[in-house]
Amino acid sequence: MTSLPESTEKKLGLVIDLDICVGCQACATSCKEWNTGGYSAPLSDHDPYGADPFGAWLNRVHSYEVGEGRGSKTVHFPRSCLHCEEPDCVTVCPTGASYKRVEDGIVLVNPDICIGCKLCSWACPYGAREYDVDDGVMKKCTLCVDRIYNETIPEEDRLPACVRACPTGARAFGDLGDPQSAVSKAVADRGGYGLLEEFGYKPVNRYLPPRTANSNTASTSVVAKSAEAIPKPDGSAIERLFAWADQALSR
Amino acid sequence: MPNQPVIDVNAPVGDNVAKTTCYMCACRCGIDVHLRDGKVRYIEGNRDHPVNQGVLCGKGSAGIMQHYSPARLRAPMKRVGPRGSGEFEEISWEEALSLATGWLGDVRKADPKRLAFFTGRDQSQSLTGLWAMQYGTPNFAAHGGFCSVNMAAGGLYTFGGAFWEFGDPDWELTKYFMLFGVAEDHASNPIKIGIGHLKGRGAKVVSVNPVRTGYNAVADEWVGIRPGTDGLFVGALIHELFRNQKIDLDYLVRYTNAPWLVIQDPGAADDGLFARGEDGEPIVFDKATGDFGSSMDVGTTPALTGVRKLADGRTARPVFELMAERFLSDEYSPEAVSSQTGVDAEQTRRIAAELAEVAFEQEVVLDQPWTDWAGRRHEKMIGRPVSMHAMRGVSAHSNGFQTCRMIHILQILLGSIDCPGGFRYKPPYPKQAPPWLLPHGALEDIRPDEPLGGPHLGFPLGPQHLLLDGDRPSRIDKGFTWDAPMSSHGLMHMVINNAAKKDPYGIEVLFMYMANMAWNSSMNVPGTLNNLTAKDDDGRYVIPKIIYSDAYYSEMVPYADLILPDTTYLERWDCISLLDRPISTAEMAADSIRHPVVKPDRDVRGFQEVLIDLGARLSLPAFTNEDGSPKYAGGYPDYMVNHERKPGIGPLAGWRGADGSKTGQGAPNPKQLERYIENGAFFAHELKPEQAYFKHANRDYLDWAVAMGFRMEPRPTIFQLYCEPVQAFRLAAEGHGLRQPPETHRERIRKHFDPLPFWYPPFEESMVKEGAYPLHAITQRPMHMYHSWGSQNAWLRQITTANRLYIHRSLGAKIGVVDDDWVWLRSHQGRVKCQVRLMDGVNPDTVWTWNAIGKRRGAWGLSDDSPESNQGFLLNHLISELLPEGGGGYRYSNSDPITGQAAWFDLRVAIEKADGIAETEPLFEATETGGLPPSPTELSYGAEFKGDRR
Amino acid sequence: MHPAYSVILFTTASGAGYGLMFWLCLGHALGLVPNSASMLFVSMALALLLITIGLISSTLHLGRPERAIGAFSQWRSSWLSREGVAAVATYIPSGLLALIWLLGMETSWTVPLAVLAAAGAVVTVYCTGMIYASLRTIRQWYLGLVPMVYLSLAAATGALLLGFVMAVFGYVPSWVAALTLVTLAASAALKVHYWNVIDADPGKYTAEMATGLGSPGQVRQLDPPHTQANFVMREMGYAVARKHAEKLRQAVLFALFAGPAVMMLIVLFFGWAAAFFYLLAIGMTAFGVLIERWLFFAEADHVVTLYYGASRA
Ligand SMILES: Nc1nc2c(c(=O)[nH]1)N[C@H]1C(S)=C(S)[C@@H](COP(=O)(O)OP(=O)(O)OC[C@H]3O[C@@H](n4cnc5c(=O)[nH]c(N)nc54)[C@H](O)[C@@H]3O)O[C@H]1N2
Ligand SMILES: Nc1nc2c(c(=O)[nH]1)N[C@H]1C(S)=C(S)[C@@H](COP(=O)(O)OP(=O)(O)OC[C@H]3O[C@@H](n4cnc5c(=O)[nH]c(N)nc54)[C@H](O)[C@@H]3O)O[C@H]1N2
Ligand code: SF4
Ligand code: SF4
Ligand code: SF4
Ligand code: SF4
Ligand code: SF4
Ligand SMILES: [Mo]
Repeated sequence: MTSLPESTEKKLGLVIDLDICVGCQACATSCKEWNTGGYSAPLSDHDPYGADPFGAWLNRVHSYEVGEGRGSKTVHFPRSCLHCEEPDCVTVCPTGASYKRVEDGIVLVNPDICIGCKLCSWACPYGAREYDVDDGVMKKCTLCVDRIYNETIPEEDRLPACVRACPTGARAFGDLGDPQSAVSKAVADRGGYGLLEEFGYKPVNRYLPPRTANSNTASTSVVAKSAEAIPKPDGSAIERLFAWADQALSR
Repeated sequence: MPNQPVIDVNAPVGDNVAKTTCYMCACRCGIDVHLRDGKVRYIEGNRDHPVNQGVLCGKGSAGIMQHYSPARLRAPMKRVGPRGSGEFEEISWEEALSLATGWLGDVRKADPKRLAFFTGRDQSQSLTGLWAMQYGTPNFAAHGGFCSVNMAAGGLYTFGGAFWEFGDPDWELTKYFMLFGVAEDHASNPIKIGIGHLKGRGAKVVSVNPVRTGYNAVADEWVGIRPGTDGLFVGALIHELFRNQKIDLDYLVRYTNAPWLVIQDPGAADDGLFARGEDGEPIVFDKATGDFGSSMDVGTTPALTGVRKLADGRTARPVFELMAERFLSDEYSPEAVSSQTGVDAEQTRRIAAELAEVAFEQEVVLDQPWTDWAGRRHEKMIGRPVSMHAMRGVSAHSNGFQTCRMIHILQILLGSIDCPGGFRYKPPYPKQAPPWLLPHGALEDIRPDEPLGGPHLGFPLGPQHLLLDGDRPSRIDKGFTWDAPMSSHGLMHMVINNAAKKDPYGIEVLFMYMANMAWNSSMNVPGTLNNLTAKDDDGRYVIPKIIYSDAYYSEMVPYADLILPDTTYLERWDCISLLDRPISTAEMAADSIRHPVVKPDRDVRGFQEVLIDLGARLSLPAFTNEDGSPKYAGGYPDYMVNHERKPGIGPLAGWRGADGSKTGQGAPNPKQLERYIENGAFFAHELKPEQAYFKHANRDYLDWAVAMGFRMEPRPTIFQLYCEPVQAFRLAAEGHGLRQPPETHRERIRKHFDPLPFWYPPFEESMVKEGAYPLHAITQRPMHMYHSWGSQNAWLRQITTANRLYIHRSLGAKIGVVDDDWVWLRSHQGRVKCQVRLMDGVNPDTVWTWNAIGKRRGAWGLSDDSPESNQGFLLNHLISELLPEGGGGYRYSNSDPITGQAAWFDLRVAIEKADGIAETEPLFEATETGGLPPSPTELSYGAEFKGDRR
Repeated sequence: MHPAYSVILFTTASGAGYGLMFWLCLGHALGLVPNSASMLFVSMALALLLITIGLISSTLHLGRPERAIGAFSQWRSSWLSREGVAAVATYIPSGLLALIWLLGMETSWTVPLAVLAAAGAVVTVYCTGMIYASLRTIRQWYLGLVPMVYLSLAAATGALLLGFVMAVFGYVPSWVAALTLVTLAASAALKVHYWNVIDADPGKYTAEMATGLGSPGQVRQLDPPHTQANFVMREMGYAVARKHAEKLRQAVLFALFAGPAVMMLIVLFFGWAAAFFYLLAIGMTAFGVLIERWLFFAEADHVVTLYYGASRA
């Protein structure tokens, strides 16, 4: 089963809008909270109150600076498993614990047979696999498989925990294999991209790039029109203002 | 599927969901707490809740680890070692309460002001304030004085509302949004939701902030301003608007005091006050009649310009003229300010032009008729879709009050307060500008065993309202004195310092709640620790008794004599009241409760519960029946339901009246709390569309606000471009009136109490030796940590285990450091050693760090070698609570001269590369941990829920 | 990559074991090794011991060693699984040989068994090499050279061991010393070549590609997700300083090649105290191969480091 399916019926994944993400860490902690008691339970924490705490997290938020000076940007950058279409993290697994689901493309680890050899984590270029030192098995983003189909949860909440929590709405979930899905459309509209496509694992998750400054509609029109409208400074400003303000104005 | 394991995707989340209110921070979102076998399985946002609409932030989502923190206090404790040692003995509640009652009772009998009761991250100020009032001490305030009083006072004196949490941009309609000095703010989730909407809609977001992270990172334009100079930048924007005649004259005439006439008679006792008619109302010059008219007469056509001769022969000029003169002066031209602000003139001019363009060429028109306060019907609501929000980047400077006023004035000039697309009030705001509420606690009001005449905190209109007896301050923090005349939230940051110096007097009991004053909420931490442990000649502590309520083993705990351990937020009743800091949105008035969803497994009690108990034990009238029995035998829930501030008005506004049918005013309803719980722990009353905008002048809204008890009468709120109370203080400094400032204070008041906002350099910057401290040092709140609380949270602390000092890459190159190198940072107060991180997105003259990550060894259940205490650092060690000695030898508090707001961000520093061991300095010795058991070395939370995987 | 001692021990010890097994069996099949049952047994036992120590140490590296049996199931796609299968399969002929030699049985089965065991040894070591060589995430590993290096080092260390055991039993045929010399030289040459290859390749992936953020310019890490190193950084983020690595490479070349080569020459030309010199050479080689393996990990850059501050990998 470590052999990858020829194709999957759906390509479920996440779309993350880097133009909106403020780096608040809600997706990271809500993921930890859901999953520490969910399918992957527990996500252990080593030395939680000591000098060198580290725990298993399925979603982490990086921050980067890009470019220099005026044109530079700060970008907050959440990263979890991208549920690649052709990932070696599945094929290298000696036990079959790591697999890609035929029905939806979710890449999962079966925590009951994983031997914790960590090879899959070596094969993942995205750092999306987290070994749980205390539990002895590999953990990873499950796309909240125990939420998205969970009939005991109200339908509107059958979303990954991180998507449900994200306060800015920077995360969306859906079928990226269906060009008509909302996520696919957003990707098409905004030039969404996959990470390190050059590598060839065909990641499913997509990132929407930060908009280049002032590219949005309101501001371009604003800038264009008003730039020429800026009058040059001139000494009589106060008289002109008063004359103008002197128009009869009733209340 | 062949070969794929079958997994159970239908495992129920928990066996029970309880809806309550988050308190991982003061935003107070609605949460659904999923419980399994009595343990917390998962916390998610309540979709119906007005505050968070279902989302949950990084802190809220880590609630489990807060609730099960190893630093939770377990039982009341009595200090047994010396103060600061952390040696305690656990005692019973009965012993704790009788001890407290004894101490407090003695003081109340002798001299109630010898109790100072100050609360930190308090959300129950209507109760704590009432308690202090009943006790009779003038010494009460919450954290507002070091937090945001510049924003509160700046806004309330100007337009009866405020940034902070009393108003919001119109997230749905704004097209141009300016954010000044905000990293996170109290409205944590609402701002995030709002920014998401703005960006999604393609509105433009402009951030004015020395640092480009978080919200400022997603802004479409970043203005990397030099700290403390926002007043110049905003002044230049106003300059440009005036110069280009891009202001909403109509709006100014209708809603502001722009046409009001100001007496121009230098040297006279009423110079700079409004010229008033016989009815006491300010007057305007009516162009229609060519005569003076009342400012409240809607029939006039008031002149905005022109020098007028008053009946007594003196001259008067309209506010508008004075204001235009100020901001059109060359001092505020974009070119003139640019070297100070670091913002180039071209950028400033363009932003001003964009503001004008959006406000006037892209107006939003809602087909929504409404009626103004004078009864006139308007067919449409016309909006200027420009809005602004500002917080501590403006507030925490000693020029913050004036700068805050300037930002509001910018919004007002654009006509964008409470219009579609503009800045919107949240009920119960707007209040009058300023609110009709005076401070209480003058010395003559303080009597043994008697309550105070009224609430402590208010809005003085002039020297007559100061709490002074001659030159003697009545309050221990010197609030409402010449040091800080309009200190509407008190000066919590001065309490310990003043008490230890017995200036203005010594106290007997310091009673604190939820404030980590021995660490991150103090300026000059080492000095504060000395003050807390200072002894008199007789060997008695100068502050003889300290009672403290905390829920966790914070740095403050070891410095108290008696600890009243609080519950966690999932274990207690709480009341988030419209009488306090409500959770309303611009569309609805709302309040909420917290109720116990998990049973405490320790001997702890909710602080409010304890306070009510103490109130009864002390026989405070509001907490005691005629027969001396406790009035709220049922504790806090009993109080929440049955307490009435005025007949019909209580802590909670929803489901009042015996049958629960009344809103706002109505008799207590015994089933009120049940109704709240049924509704998800909150109550929300939606405004009608015709009430939703122009609330300051909207008759339907004003009438409703009166009915709800928010306002006394349906008079409109008139925006005070010109702030007369400020002038009243200045006149005193110029030698008028019965109450005048002492010589030491005259010049300072004369200079800074300008009724029209202006910019002046922050104090520290102008007082330290030029060039000696060339850099600004500021802090930001990390979105995933709430002050000091976050570090005990096993999940949150992994995200930031130690803070770095972020510096510009050019500065790094200059002093020869790379990422993670150690540097010394020095101020006039002291020095700290810390590790740097280089970045591009910071003003080159500024260094910054995350607030409150540095911890003291011994606290928070962390091991002594934790990075928080050994690599992390606190900037507070460098921040002095007093300014350097100025002329006259007086050391003012490091605060805004008007409001007393602590000027955290005025800090100036020098930096140099450090050698030696890779460890922070100063490194305080570890305290004992009060007998708390050691923290676990491994956590597998949730393993117990694993059973049903397949 | 973090150099885990268990994995270093596993690959070096089992490599030497398989190398010994290979030469022993080949020598036996070709009739080059004296037919002394005790020597044959001791050699095979030593090989199996090293292999078993290696395998045990590799299971200790597992989070759930008790489930290790599951690792044989995915030989269709996983080199790790193939290695396991090959290792177990190799135990059968080699174990039978050991048994036969222990019991001193005379049978013609030993030759085909020896051929099978020798082949198993090659396949197993090749699989080990391929576990690394198949990882596209690590450019220093994703090379056809890697299994060659593994095979050559196994051959060299195995030859040394064989020479030693035979010397202890009093046999000092020069072909063994010569073989050792040749395999040592071959592995040194391969290793130098390997280093040249990895030094010449700056890595084709960049932080800009990894984040997709390249358009405004260079990508720099501002803050890692967590202050302290997380699993990914502990496992994949280990990096050795260039200067340090350079010294270690020289040490490897000395300990792995120059030193033992001198010993072999002594044995070859002077025939002095062969067992002693073999032992000395083994000591040096062991040291060399341990450092070589340590470097193999420490010098390997994982693509994931691009997310944690590396600009190329
Ligand atoms: N350098 C610098 N210093 C600053 C600031 C800054 O920006 N820079 N900001 C200032 C500002 S605005 C503020 S408001 C202050 C905040 O400073 P503090 O008010 O001191 O805030 P906290 O650190 O949250 O400490 C509050 C205390 O409440 C305790 N607590 C938490 N939950 C509960 C509970 O449920 N019950 C009880 N009884 N106690 C509880 C915590 O354990 C902690 O000891 O910091 C100020 N200090
Ligand atoms: N997550 C989280 N949320 C919190 C808190 C918390 O501790 N953690 N604390 C709560 C409390 S008590 C408060 S008071 C609020 C405060 O919330 P904020 O007002 O967001 O407070 P700070 O994080 O101090 O942010 C101050 C911002 O101002 C910028 N700044 C500093 N000086 C200047 C200046 O001169 N001009 C300009 N334009 N910007 C400047 C800083 O770079 C920083 O971004 O947050 C509340 N919410
Ligand atoms: S929750 Fe949303 S905004 Fe916050 S870090 Fe995650 S993606 Fe970004
Ligand atoms: S992101 Fe990593 S773990 Fe996830 S499917 Fe791709 S390679 Fe595998
Ligand atoms: S760690 Fe587990 S899932 Fe990963 S390769 Fe090894 S057995 Fe497979
Ligand atoms: S989909 Fe679920 S498991 Fe994956 S990152 Fe989001 S919350 Fe975590
Ligand atoms: S913003 Fe504050 S109240 Fe809301 S979820 Fe986060 S921590 Fe809780
Ligand atoms: Mo605050």
